[in-house]
Amino acid sequence: MKRGIGFWSGLAFTLLISAFLILPVLASVIAGVTANQFIGLSSGLTLRWVLDVWADYGGTVLLSLQIALATLMVTLLLGIPAAYVLARHAGITARLVEEALVMPVAVPGLATALGLILAYGTLGDLRASWFFILIGHVIFCLPFMVRAVLAVLLALDLRSLEEAAQACGATWGQRFLGVVLPNIRGGILAGSLMVVTLSLGEFNMTLLLHTPFTRTLPVGLADAYTALRTEMASAYTLIFFTLIVPLLSVMQWVANRADREGSGR
Amino acid sequence: MPDRLRAALLIAPALVVFLAFFLVPLGYLAVAGGAGGYSAILTEPRFLRSLVSTLLVAAATTAITLVISTAVGLFLARVRFHGRSTLLALLTLPLAFPGVVVGYLVIMLAGRQGLVAEISTALGGERIVFAYSLAGLLLGYVYFSIPRTLLTLMAAAEKLDPRLEEAARSLGASPLQILRDVLLPGIAPALVAAGAICFATATGAFGTAFALASRIDVLPMVIYTEFTLQANLAVAAALSFLLGIATWAVLALARGASGGAAA
Repeated sequence: MKRGIGFWSGLAFTLLISAFLILPVLASVIAGVTANQFIGLSSGLTLRWVLDVWADYGGTVLLSLQIALATLMVTLLLGIPAAYVLARHAGITARLVEEALVMPVAVPGLATALGLILAYGTLGDLRASWFFILIGHVIFCLPFMVRAVLAVLLALDLRSLEEAAQACGATWGQRFLGVVLPNIRGGILAGSLMVVTLSLGEFNMTLLLHTPFTRTLPVGLADAYTALRTEMASAYTLIFFTLIVPLLSVMQWVANRADREGSGR
Repeated sequence: MPDRLRAALLIAPALVVFLAFFLVPLGYLAVAGGAGGYSAILTEPRFLRSLVSTLLVAAATTAITLVISTAVGLFLARVRFHGRSTLLALLTLPLAFPGVVVGYLVIMLAGRQGLVAEISTALGGERIVFAYSLAGLLLGYVYFSIPRTLLTLMAAAEKLDPRLEEAARSLGASPLQILRDVLLPGIAPALVAAGAICFATATGAFGTAFALASRIDVLPMVIYTEFTLQANLAVAAALSFLLGIATWAVLALARGASGGAAA
């Protein structure tokens, strides 16, 4: 097939934009493993900076993983039942509840965090505990879980599925566990990946919610960007990328697979 | 158990968490400003100045991102070539990079030892550094917004009926006329939805400005400074309540206008 000028200029522009998005990532990764910043790559590769950063900031990585997993657990427990109810009920009340539940995404994290501090900042030891950050992350991430699961639920003919199961004598518990949950695996997986990714990278709220004893990865990164040398900041960023890029890649893969299955129907 | 009761029990935990940890804090935020906080916003020129520069940066981010993403999105949605899926994967990789990391990437690109500075000096020119200014912030927001906008616009472009374009072409329409009269109207709802998300995100985002660590007085930076350094809680609360209402309203309006496509 012959390609016209439109194709080649479109391709050139797309490549330019890809370069804009990817080159700084590469530059940062390379800076994090280059032995001497001023000589460049010819000075050799090293993991020294990564190890140095790990010694100082390893705790932030572990805390972030802990908070991300806890956020995932809570959003699964709250989000799946909520999405199920929203999918089964079409009335105005259900739509209002849906509107309310996704509202925290539309409000800047800075505002939500300030509100949380005003409302609960003096409640016992909550302010100093990592639970305070968990609360913020759950509020911010829950809409993504609800939406991902709800989208899959709405694509199913849920009512017929459940009626068929009910006609066979299945109780509600059997229907939910045996029919509904297996059918929405894709949505739960997509929602879970999104929640973990967002929690690991959440900064807008966490900067206000954290204390010196509950520093998360992005908060530590911000600190490194202002206080540390380029190679250390880059090595720290590299640690973050090794956590987040696999998650994002799996997310793309899951979405592509869902697309293919959807169009194959 | 009756259906209604079960539904209520199933959704109650999520609603309780929402009420206790979102609505109640928002209520605290609304009243903490007090009359003093809200009137300070109106009377002190620096708050109004920061509001104006925030809105300008957000508007510029939205315009630039929409132009870039429309061009790339229409291209990728309508052609098939070897390596297309790799390009798409690269373009959407930064989808969930936090703003603070994007700020650092802007420094890698346009900072003192950034790629632009190295290239400009290697070419014998001046050392070009613009990361720590409004331009750097704008660059960061555009970087941040491209992946999500691109996905929204591509999804819309792939749903367009290719026969419309063929019909227009067979009637003698030029590529520009096809773009203006067929493609752009077809993806208009997605443009509104994606544009609103860009605008709201750029208004409320904070990490990028924080990482650039410069004296960029966008609203979230002012809120943070008032809260932590000045301990001016009333103004910080009033500003962030207004900011929250504003971004929520922009998204709600856009969702109404685009028929539910805006998140």
